[in-house]
Amino acid sequence: MSEITTTQKRPSIIVENVRKTFQIRHTHSMKEAFISRLKRKQVGSTPYNALDGVAFTVGEGESVALLGFNGSGKSTLLKLVSGVLEPDAGRVLTRGRVAGLIEVGAGFHPDLSGRENVYLNAAILGMNKAEIDERFDRIVEFSEIGEFIDQEVKHYSSGMFLRLAFSVAIHVELDVLLVDEILSVGDAPFRKKCTEKIHELAQAGKTMLIVSHNMAMVQELCERGIVINKGKKIFDGPIAEAVDAMNAK
Amino acid sequence: MTSVDLTGFQTPGRGRGILDVFNHGYLLRLLIRKGTATRYRNSVLGWTWSYVKPAAQFLIYYFVMGVVLQFHRDVENFAIYLFAGVVAINLFNEAFGNATSSIVDNRALVRKIYLPRELFPISTIIIALIHFLPQVAILLLACILVGWAPTFLSLAAFAIGLVIVLMMSLGLGLLFGALNVRYRDAQNFVEIIRMLSTWASPVLYTIAMVEQALKGWAFTVYMLNPLTTAVELFHYAFWLPTTSGAAETLSPGIVGNIFVSLGICAVLVVIGQIVFRRFERSFAQDL
Repeated sequence: MSEITTTQKRPSIIVENVRKTFQIRHTHSMKEAFISRLKRKQVGSTPYNALDGVAFTVGEGESVALLGFNGSGKSTLLKLVSGVLEPDAGRVLTRGRVAGLIEVGAGFHPDLSGRENVYLNAAILGMNKAEIDERFDRIVEFSEIGEFIDQEVKHYSSGMFLRLAFSVAIHVELDVLLVDEILSVGDAPFRKKCTEKIHELAQAGKTMLIVSHNMAMVQELCERGIVINKGKKIFDGPIAEAVDAMNAK
Repeated sequence: MTSVDLTGFQTPGRGRGILDVFNHGYLLRLLIRKGTATRYRNSVLGWTWSYVKPAAQFLIYYFVMGVVLQFHRDVENFAIYLFAGVVAINLFNEAFGNATSSIVDNRALVRKIYLPRELFPISTIIIALIHFLPQVAILLLACILVGWAPTFLSLAAFAIGLVIVLMMSLGLGLLFGALNVRYRDAQNFVEIIRMLSTWASPVLYTIAMVEQALKGWAFTVYMLNPLTTAVELFHYAFWLPTTSGAAETLSPGIVGNIFVSLGICAVLVVIGQIVFRRFERSFAQDL
C-alpha cells in the first residue's frame, strides 16, 4: 500500500542511502589535537554509525511514523531532514517549507516577555513580520496564556512555557512538519488539543514525519510506519504492521 | 522512483552564507533588539555602563601616557587624539569578541533549529556598533567644544575607518567563532589579539614615533595592520581638524594604506566565511 502512495504523489522528502557517522572525539583543544598529530595518534577515536544506508521517500501529504528504540537513530534522522546535521554519505532532499516540532522553546529568552518571545521564535522558525502579526492572536489563544502574554517568560510555570512554545511552533507556515516526541507536553486537555491540531494539519494535506514511542497515537495519526534499528531501516509499510514489527523486536 | 523530477527540491542545511542574512532581515532585527534589550537586564546602571567602561579606560591611559609620560606636551589636544583611537579599538574588541562567542552562546538554537548561522556573528557585530554610537557622541561633543566642524573629507575618513574595523571584526569573528565551537581555546587566542590590538596600533602613541623606532620592513609590517589605518583615519577625522596643522604626526601614505587595508579585510572576510562554512557542517554535533 505504501509503495502505491509514494509513487502516486510527488515526494516531499527524499532520503537517499544516508549514512551519519559520529566521531567520538578525544581532543577538545588545539594543543591536544596538535600533540596527538605529532605523536601520530588517532585524533578521533572509533567512528560510530548512527545511521547506515537509510533510504525512503515521503510523498506529499503523507504522514509517516519513525519507530525504533532509544538510540536507534530516529532523532538523528529528523535532524538530517531539518538541516541541523549533514549526512556523511548519501543525500537528503526536501521540498517546500520544513518546520519542526523539535525541542520547542529552544529560542526562548527568559528575560523577554511572552509577546517578544512569540515574535522572536516565529521569526527563528522562518516567518516574516506580516505572517506573525496575522497569526499572533491565534497563537496566544491556542496557548491559553491569556493576560500573562506581556509577562517575562521566566515567571511562567513550566507548563505555560511549553504551551506557548508549542503554540508558536504549530502555527508556523509549513509544508512539511517534523515531530519529535513532544506530544507529551502539558496536561491531558492540552495534549488532546495538540493531537487534534496535528490531525487538522494532516487533513489539510501537510506532509508529516513523526517520531514517537506512543504507539496508540502514532497509529491514530499515521498510515505508514518506518522501523529503524541500530541505524538501519528494517521495516517500511502500513502502520499496523510496522507496530507489530516493532513489538516483535 | 529513480527518475523523480528534482526541481523545487532543496538540500536542507545548505545556505548561501553571509548572503542568506539579507533574506532574514526581520529575524536579524529581532536578534539585534534581543541583544540590546537583554544586555543590561538586572543591572542598576544599565546603559550607563556603555559610558563608564570606556571613560575609566580613557582616564587611565590619559594619566599614564599624557600626564606621567608627558605626551600632552608633544601632541596637541592629546585627550582627543587618545579618545579617537580608543573608541575605534573598543569597537573592534567588542565586535570581534562577541562574534567569536556568538555561536557557542547560541548553542541551544544551533543544535536544534537550522537557520543561517552567520546571523549570530553579524547580529552581535551590529549590537557592538550600536554600543559604539554613544562613545562617538561623546567624542564629537569634545571635538566640537575645541572647534571641530565636519568636512566632507573628515566624514569620509570616519566612514572608511568604520568599514575597515567592521570588516576586520567580521572576518576574524567568523574564523574564530567557527574554530571556537570545536576548540574552546580559540577564545584565549582571541583574548591575546584583543589585548594586542590596543598596543599594535597608534592609539597611545603617534605613528611618527613608530617610524623613528622601526626601520624598513618592520615599519611596513606595522603598517599592514588594518587597525592602524582605521585608527589613523579616526585621528584624521576627529583630531586633525582640532589642531593647528599637525598632519606630519599622522601616517605618511594614508590613501595607499586604505586600499591595502580594505584588501586585507576583504581577504579576511573570505577566509572567515570559507572556514565558517567548513566547520558549520559539524556545529550541531560539536556543541
